[in-house]
Amino acid sequence: MSTEGIEVHRLKSHVLSAIQSFVVRYGLGMALVILWEYAARQAGSIFFPPPSEILHRAAALWLSGPPGRLFLSDSVFQDVLPSLLRLLGGWVLAVAVGVPLGILIGRSRHLSDFVNPTLQFLRAIPGPALIPVFIILLGTESTMRVTLIAFGSVWPILLNTIEGTRTIDPLQLDTAQAFRLPRYARLWRIVLPAAMPKIFAGMRVSLSLAVILMVVSELVASTNGIGYRIQNAQIMFLLTDMWCGIVLLALLGYTLNWLFLKFEDRALGWHRGVRGRTATS
Amino acid sequence: MLAVKNLHHAYTQEQVVTASVSFDVQAGEIVSIVGPSGCGKTTLLKALAGLLKPTGGTIRFQGKVVQGVPDGLAMVFQEYGRSLLPWATVNGNIELPLRYQPISPDECRRRVAESLQAVDLSGFGERYPWQLSGGMQQRVAIARALAYQPKLLLMDEPFASVDAQTRADLEDLVAAVRDQFGITIVLVTHDIDESVYLSDRVIVLSRPPSTVLAQIDIDLSRPRDQIKTKAMRQFVEKRTAIAQMIKRPITG
Repeated sequence: MSTEGIEVHRLKSHVLSAIQSFVVRYGLGMALVILWEYAARQAGSIFFPPPSEILHRAAALWLSGPPGRLFLSDSVFQDVLPSLLRLLGGWVLAVAVGVPLGILIGRSRHLSDFVNPTLQFLRAIPGPALIPVFIILLGTESTMRVTLIAFGSVWPILLNTIEGTRTIDPLQLDTAQAFRLPRYARLWRIVLPAAMPKIFAGMRVSLSLAVILMVVSELVASTNGIGYRIQNAQIMFLLTDMWCGIVLLALLGYTLNWLFLKFEDRALGWHRGVRGRTATS
Repeated sequence: MLAVKNLHHAYTQEQVVTASVSFDVQAGEIVSIVGPSGCGKTTLLKALAGLLKPTGGTIRFQGKVVQGVPDGLAMVFQEYGRSLLPWATVNGNIELPLRYQPISPDECRRRVAESLQAVDLSGFGERYPWQLSGGMQQRVAIARALAYQPKLLLMDEPFASVDAQTRADLEDLVAAVRDQFGITIVLVTHDIDESVYLSDRVIVLSRPPSTVLAQIDIDLSRPRDQIKTKAMRQFVEKRTAIAQMIKRPITG
């Protein structure tokens, strides 16, 4: 009985610790949802529908399509997908502009002295304030919204890339020079990987900024998108629909951040390893 | 192989590190540079490597004046933890300088394996530097230099940041790779025992602004042994002589 008893005991404690960690991680969220459900039912206000109703409505809104389209409804293709594309388009544009520009500025002391005050000034402009300007310049199509998202979310990437490429250990550059690595190799093999942790931190901050800017851009002069749907639902007094949009946005932001962290884990495994090492030793 | 003539370096007008340093290094020699702290040992080594442009004097490597890092030279730094790239594996670190050399991928792989074997780290190629102990990391840095197949290997206090036992092992490793690869080695150290034990010749620098105080030939037989050699009378004499030179304030 002894070995079996130990096995069973081990299994039990394993299951218990799994449950425990699940409760610790998600317990608060679930408790809040339950509380919300209870409070909303008690209040019975049309402004605050209970989460179960929101969920029900959300399924009807987005998951009522034909099986051939994975049950996705037209609204997913008319609103959610365009929003996502704008968001990702703007963010990718911000990365594509911010990283190379940041490397260029970060690696040149003269250039960084020259442009830094201007960058700090431009960064201080709240993105949404430029919507009227962008509408005049670029119209009301997706181009305007993508540009706005890119403009508003480029700053963390740009500034972090500048910072990351400027603060490279001189010994790593000496090493590269001592082994006669050509210029492009020093950039590609030393500067870029060394700056990567900071660049990734900037990309993550800007991803959440991009979500905000996507919504804001869709509140103005738009005909589709999640932001537009939320506003439209509010105007038409479809309050459950409005809440659906808000929950969807939260879910979207959470998922994007989670995906990005997974990506970062893969790309920067070494960084985590180094940090773990120095933290424990 | 290496000819240093009237080398002078000053960071600012008041801060003259090296007044005038001259010495030669023959092919195949192991030469140590010792001196009191602040005497510009590292500055000198950086100038030899072409990483720093001295304010005066000339350095010739294989007959040519050094301007920028010359071909056929490799360097091992004291801070292995910073000199090895944490995002690359051991193999990746050793390979990196080879990628930009005109050699075939097969040759590259062969050199990586050979140099890892020379430092007794075969089988660690897929690890990351930070997964290894300090002594192992410094061996990786040495392997990286060996795979590059330099004519001249410069080492800047290579064993200052490892424990005593590892240090002894690495010292013997340096002598072994000199014999195996037939390279010339110039190393800077603040450890007089190490300089005598390792070298064919020790160059003693004075306090800054520094000059060469003495060049002492070390004619101890090889192979040397950490315990036996260090107990020999000649070893103790040389060590004492150098220690006194460094300790005594030199006037005039």
